[in-house]
Amino acid sequence: MIGAVTEALSRALALLVGDPQADRAVPPTGFTARLTIFTAGAMAFLAVFAIALSLATGRLADRWSAELARTATLRISAPADQADAQIRAALTVLDQTPGVASARALTDDEERALLEPWFGPDLPLASLPIPQLIEIVETAEGYDPIGLRARLQAEVPGAVLDDHTRWRTPLVAAANRLRSLGWVALLLIAGATAAMITLAAQSALSANAQVIRVMRLVGARDTYIARAFVRRFTLRAALGAAIGSALGVLAVMALPDGGDAGGFLTGLGFQGAGWLVPLLIPPLAAIVAFFATRAAALRTLRSQA
Amino acid sequence: MIELQDVAYSYGGAELFTGLSLTLAPGSFQFLTGPSGAGKTTLLKLCYGDLRATGGVVSLFGMDAATMGRDDVALARRRIGVVHQDCQFLDHLPVAENIALPLQVAGRADEAAGDLDELMAWVGLRGQAAQLPPQLSGGERQRAALARAVITSPDVIIADEPTGNVDWEMSQRLLSLLVELNRMGKTVLIASHDMNLIRTAKSQVSANVLRLKDGRLQTGVAL
Repeated sequence: MIGAVTEALSRALALLVGDPQADRAVPPTGFTARLTIFTAGAMAFLAVFAIALSLATGRLADRWSAELARTATLRISAPADQADAQIRAALTVLDQTPGVASARALTDDEERALLEPWFGPDLPLASLPIPQLIEIVETAEGYDPIGLRARLQAEVPGAVLDDHTRWRTPLVAAANRLRSLGWVALLLIAGATAAMITLAAQSALSANAQVIRVMRLVGARDTYIARAFVRRFTLRAALGAAIGSALGVLAVMALPDGGDAGGFLTGLGFQGAGWLVPLLIPPLAAIVAFFATRAAALRTLRSQA
Repeated sequence: MIELQDVAYSYGGAELFTGLSLTLAPGSFQFLTGPSGAGKTTLLKLCYGDLRATGGVVSLFGMDAATMGRDDVALARRRIGVVHQDCQFLDHLPVAENIALPLQVAGRADEAAGDLDELMAWVGLRGQAAQLPPQLSGGERQRAALARAVITSPDVIIADEPTGNVDWEMSQRLLSLLVELNRMGKTVLIASHDMNLIRTAKSQVSANVLRLKDGRLQTGVAL
C-alpha cells in the first residue's frame, strides 16, 4: 500500500519535473496555452466562490440550528403598571417548568439594541409601549410547549410564547439547500474544466497529427507521446487555477464587512482554516487536467494506426 | 527476422493481394518492384506493423503481428529503420534532433553524442544540422530520413522509394549508404521501380529482386 503510494507520488513528481526533451517533440502553441490557462483560471475563480458559499451557508445552518434550537422567547404585552408583576409571574412559571434551563428578562439596553436597526439609536424606550421579552434557554430534553402555553395563559394572560421552531426549520432547510447547491456548483465546475481541457487537448492532438505519426514511426510508445501533452496541460491548468484562486481569494477578502447587521450576505467568506481550502484548487485542477488529457491522448492515439 | 506467410490484404472489400509469402533473412538485400498501385507500400507497411494483414500470418522478430499490442509494435519499430516515400519530420526541431529522435524516444539519448556527428557527416548533412526540416531539399530530406532510420543501428532497414525525388548522382549515393549498411550485416528491403538503380546495386551486392504484380509476388526476378 505504502509502496504503491510512494510509486504513484514519484511518478507524479517525475511527470512534473518532466522530460524536457520529450516535451520538445510537441511544438509550443501560444494561443491554446493561453486559452487553457484562462479557462482554468476562470473556473478556479468561480470555484473559490462556490466553496465560500458552501462553507458560509454551512456555518449559517449550523449556527441557526444550534442557537435557535435551544432558545425561545416569551413576549409580555401588558399595561405599564402590570408589566413587572407579569414578568415576575412568568419567570416563576418558567423556573418551575421542566426542560427550561434558564429564563431571563432582557434589559432595556438589550431591547434597544434589537430595535436599533429599525429605529436608530437613542430610542426613548420608556415612552413606548414595547413588550417585554424573556429569553428562555432550553435543556437538551426541551420543554413541552403546549403545556407551557396552557399554564401561561392561566397565570400570565399577557404572555405569548414564541418557540422559534416555526421559522427556524425553513431557514435551516434553506441554508442546507444552499450549501448543497454550492457543492453541486463545485462538481459542475470540475466537470466543465475536465470537458474544456479534453477539448483543448483533443485540438492539440489533432493539430499535431504529423508529430504523432513521426513519433510512432521511430518507435515511440503511446505513453511517451501522451506524456508531452499531459504534462503541458497539467501545468497549464495548475498555473491558471493558481492565478484564478488567488484572484478569487482576494475578491472574497475585498467583500465589504457588514458587521453584525450584515447577516447572511456579508457572511460569505472564509473563517479560520477555511482560508486554506482554496489552496486545494490548483492541485485539484491539475489532477483533473492530468486525467482528462491522458484519457484524450490515449484515446486519440489508439484510434490511429 | 520478418516473415510473411500466406498473407492477404484487402481494404474496402477489394483484395490487394492474397497468398503472399516473403522472408527477410538476416543480412539479405532485397528489392521490391512492380507497377504503381500493385501494393508495394502496403507490403512494406505490413513488414513494420503499420498495417495488419487481413489473412495469413505476419511475424516480426518471432512475434505474430496480429497479437502484438501497440507497445510491442513500438518496440519492434526500434529494430526496424523505415524511410518513407514522403519523409516526415518534426518540423519545429532542427535536423540533428530529428535524426537523433529514435534514440530519444527509446531512452537512449546518451548514445547520440558521438554517433550523431559521424552519421551526419556520412549522409553529408553536417552543414544542415541546425536547419529545420522544411528548409531541406528533397534529396537532403531523403538522406536525413535514412540517417534517422539507421541511428539506432536497427536489424532491418525498410525504404520505400528512397530515391524517389533525387537525381541520379544522389540516388547512387543513397544506394551506396544502404549497400554499406548491408555489408555491416543489416537486412535491407527497398521498394523501387528504378531499374538502373537496381542494376547498379546488383553489381555491388548480391541482391534479390521481388516483383509484386496482380496480387502475386515473384522472387528472383531477372532484370
